[in-house]
Amino acid sequence: MKSSSRRSFLKIAGLAALGIGAGPTIKAFGTIGGHGALQPEASFKKGEKAMEAKQWAMVVDTRKIKSEADIRPMVEACHQIHNVPDQPIDRHAIKWIWPEEFHNAFPGLQSQFISEKIENTSFPVLCNHCENPPCVRVCPTKATFKREEDGIVMMDMHRCIGCRFCMAACPFGARSFNFRDPEPFIKNVNKEYPRRMKGVVEKCNFCAERLAVGKLPACVEASNGILTFGNLYDPQSEVRKLIREHNTIRRKIHLGTKPTIYYII
Amino acid sequence: MPKNKKELYNKKGVIAGIVIFAFIAALPFLINLGKAAPAPELVLTSKAKEAKECVRSKEFIKREHMQLLDEWRDTVVRDAKRIYVNPQGKEFNMSLSNTCLDCHSNKTDFCDRCHDYASVSPYCWDCHIDNPKEMKR
Ligand code: HEC
Ligand code: HEC
Ligand code: HEC
Repeated sequence: MKSSSRRSFLKIAGLAALGIGAGPTIKAFGTIGGHGALQPEASFKKGEKAMEAKQWAMVVDTRKIKSEADIRPMVEACHQIHNVPDQPIDRHAIKWIWPEEFHNAFPGLQSQFISEKIENTSFPVLCNHCENPPCVRVCPTKATFKREEDGIVMMDMHRCIGCRFCMAACPFGARSFNFRDPEPFIKNVNKEYPRRMKGVVEKCNFCAERLAVGKLPACVEASNGILTFGNLYDPQSEVRKLIREHNTIRRKIHLGTKPTIYYII
Repeated sequence: MPKNKKELYNKKGVIAGIVIFAFIAALPFLINLGKAAPAPELVLTSKAKEAKECVRSKEFIKREHMQLLDEWRDTVVRDAKRIYVNPQGKEFNMSLSNTCLDCHSNKTDFCDRCHDYASVSPYCWDCHIDNPKEMKR
């Protein structure tokens, strides 16, 4: 039975070859799990005081703003703790939160004549942490992303390649590009938070690093009650209560980005 | 045409050329002879000495601290988790400047010394504060 023995020999040889090939492949699959797989025994968790929300949101009570001077403490607090540089040339400026006039903040909403109060008031503006963020859609490296845990539109500085698509996509001008090395322009360095470098985009992060240890965003703390922060999807939250009880507007809602910063007018 | 093919033409010149070539090719090795850089001596701060143990075992951290840091930053920024629980159950705030450089506050005599030896220059310090414990550089 020469032919059948050759046949069985080939079968066994084939199986053996398959086995040799499959071994390393299976092993490789075992090691590429990414997180955890590298160190099966170690684990990660949130801090005990970490604040959680499905979607963080902010309400700005513009009735309490008397002048731009009321907004300055928010800007200063934010820019100080995040090592935002004070670039001397305006077109290099880096801004996480800043004052804006009504017709710039809410174009299209202004009638030919508007109340003197509104015309003369400054509005604090920042990243809207949109629920449908266009910046996230255009980012080629997923450096900017909508964080599942809390709805913050985050920047992962480690991935940003400085292509600035996100800046073109953001209708709120909430992103700034580091045209120059920011280091010389940071007056008072906060050593607990990183700086950025030339060639990356940056913006407000809703103080993710503070929420993680149970602190409210720095601007909210410094706002003297003008800003309120909370979970948009908790009907009992402070922000929902304010939205329920007052007339609010949001910036450029016709664009469909679903901003989560509400302004009481 | 030479009759005897085994004859080497321009014998002197060729051999001298080979010797000179060999010498030049060996020059870098000769210059560095006996000068192999000794492995750097790492200094542990008193805080690190007191802690006795790193975040992970010495073997692990020596071999895999780059992967560990990569995992840390992903987890902090992307997964919103900031606490690392090591296999011994000890907890650490996952932060390059605030944790690693808290114990290893002597970055120049620790991280840098080994990195210089291994010829790696992490770009992390363009952003991450490299001297959180000192007032000024
Ligand atoms: C609690 C203090 C502490 C913290 C936090 C800490 N280390 Fe260590 N580290 C030590 C000690 C102590 C040793 C020496 C361990 C030994 O000799 O067994 C060490 C050793 C090391 C070594 C090996 C040095 C050698 O001798 O080869 C490296 C690399 C290292 N640490 C990097 C890091 C990094 C990166 C981090 C942050 C992820 C970190 N360490 C956080 C205390 C600490
Ligand atoms: C015992 C020597 C040693 C010590 C001490 C050491 N490192 Fe390293 N480190 C290395 C080597 C070697 C590499 C390169 C590994 C590679 O390329 O795969 C590296 C790579 C890195 C990287 C990745 C660099 C890159 O460009 O990908 C980081 C980040 C890093 N080290 C941080 C630290 C920090 C922070 C400390 C001090 C707390 C430290 N290392 C101490 C040997 C050391
Ligand atoms: C372009 C600036 C930039 C560079 C370059 C950079 N980082 Fe970061 N990194 C950040 C920012 C911003 C955060 C967010 C800090 C936070 O939320 O607390 C961060 C967070 C982290 C964290 C977690 C939080 C913390 O406090 O450390 C780790 C770990 C980390 N980076 C490691 C690295 C390593 C390792 C490198 C180099 C291989 C690196 N980073 C390079 C900007 C940078």
